Amino acid sequence: MMSSGPNFIRYDLQIIASWIEPGARVLDLGCGEGDLLQHLIAQKGVAGTGIEHNEEKVARCIEKGLSVLQGDINREILDYPRNAFDYVILSQTLQQVYEPAALIRTMLHVGRRGIVSFPNFSHWRLRLQLLLTGYAPVSRQLPYQWYDTPNIRVITLKDFKKFADAVGLRVLKEAAINTNSQDRYGRTTRLLPNLRATYGIYMITKN
Amino acid sequence: MSEYSELGHDAATVGIVAKKYFTFAAPPHTLELESGARIGPVTIAYETYGTLAPDRRNAVLVLHALSGDSHVAGVYTPQDEKPGWWDCMVGPGKGIDTDRFFVVCSNVIGSCMGSTGPASTHPATGKPYGLEFPVVTIGDMVAAQKALVDHLGIAQLLCVVGGSIGGMQVLEWCVRYPQMVVAAIPLATTMRHSALAIAFNEVARQSIMADPHWNHGDYYGGPKPALGLAVARMIGHITYLSDESMRLKFGRRLQDKSDFSFNFDADFQVESYLRYQGRKFVDRFDANSFLYITKAADYFDLGQQHGGGSDVKACSKARAKFLVISFTSDWLYPTYQARSIVTALKKCGRDVSFCEIEAQWGHDAFLIPGARLKSLIHGFLQRVHDELRA
Repeated sequence: MMSSGPNFIRYDLQIIASWIEPGARVLDLGCGEGDLLQHLIAQKGVAGTGIEHNEEKVARCIEKGLSVLQGDINREILDYPRNAFDYVILSQTLQQVYEPAALIRTMLHVGRRGIVSFPNFSHWRLRLQLLLTGYAPVSRQLPYQWYDTPNIRVITLKDFKKFADAVGLRVLKEAAINTNSQDRYGRTTRLLPNLRATYGIYMITKN
Repeated sequence: MSEYSELGHDAATVGIVAKKYFTFAAPPHTLELESGARIGPVTIAYETYGTLAPDRRNAVLVLHALSGDSHVAGVYTPQDEKPGWWDCMVGPGKGIDTDRFFVVCSNVIGSCMGSTGPASTHPATGKPYGLEFPVVTIGDMVAAQKALVDHLGIAQLLCVVGGSIGGMQVLEWCVRYPQMVVAAIPLATTMRHSALAIAFNEVARQSIMADPHWNHGDYYGGPKPALGLAVARMIGHITYLSDESMRLKFGRRLQDKSDFSFNFDADFQVESYLRYQGRKFVDRFDANSFLYITKAADYFDLGQQHGGGSDVKACSKARAKFLVISFTSDWLYPTYQARSIVTALKKCGRDVSFCEIEAQWGHDAFLIPGARLKSLIHGFLQRVHDELRA
């Protein structure tokens, strides 16, 4: 049995969990094996549901006692009534979404608030790699070659803020963090976040 | 559904079990059916496994498919070589753990495996009902099961679970008696038959009715419409398999020969298999029951019967938490039909989980021992059991 103590999930998920109040209704898009949902249920008593594409991961979730649907997030999110959730979470998946604006619009239709996180493409190491080597950057947060990456969107923290303004989103909370993809530890980056943070996390609502 | 129970035989078993009977609706308090007809008395054959908890909150009702019966698990005698039809799932430490849950399964009305059906004696004539037996619906089957559950002193079922036509009964239970169902697992099923499913059933029924021995359903005491029923079963078996499973299981392999016979014997293994399944079925199943149960399945339409044509309205009556499961190669009730159950449940805010299991065995996949299905059901039951006690 996996421990569900506050320090036993990834650092970025700990930040997301800290933003959610007890008893909230939560939808986790691309919930994987359900670590965040399980944590939120155990620690915050939320009513949680997940959507996950991979059968194996869906099965792991249901075996753990989570309520999870197998399917494509873009398709499955459409069926929920307006404001069915307090929070709709899209964790480390925005960079893989084909139509981000449409998905975020739907997230804020079925939920009062959205929480999105993504790897920051303007981290100084990535900038330096491109500048010095001339190859598309590969890092611990973005460990793929151009030809096998699921990350079809290149997003920086500044890009997301600009996007939020353009499509009429209000950022309620934000955190720029420095952590590795699977790490349980990390820190918040306040100075020059667009240069120094490996991930950005935003709580958004409709303007 | 096919018979796979021989595959599920392993060490952990519920052991020796016995079929029991419950009779109710004796005249003048007969059971009113959805068609308006009345029937009584009604006998239900059932079996139970495990122990009902003192608070009576650990009951799991298993619902069988077309040709199933109340014999889910275990054996009737120590010499009995064939355990119940879902022995791989129901037993100590299994997906539906009889060490923790009190499992009930009853034979549907209209069937011939111990419950009242067309082969039963008509109280007015003293002869078998035959076509005098009223047409029953999935709703009528569930109403009769409700009488049994009441009789057993169970006010609320922890879970109702079943595949195929059993899955239709699961859905019916959830909207007909919402307060009585905590959780539900509809497997390889649908809210309504497609034209394809009705078409297969109709061809199967025509095969029975075209058999001269059928005699408008009045054949008890004489020769049975064995050929018609065997062909009906053969058609059924094709729909329970899949292109892939038939290719893997039979391909174009020949049966006990190296070349074609150049006559109309069973050359191919698939022909021999279907003939064998057909013959075997005739020994244990009543042709009229086949007509009645397939008709009930064709009539079933959850949205029409409970939501005035709206699936969402029908599903909004349910209070249960759902685990919906489909199988990739099921072409009788393909995944899109399971997804429409999920969609309707989401639209009305029900708690629903869904998994499409990768399986090559077609519609029958739910009967075949598999770790995935077992662990899904086990995890879901554990959760709803814990939540009920929280």
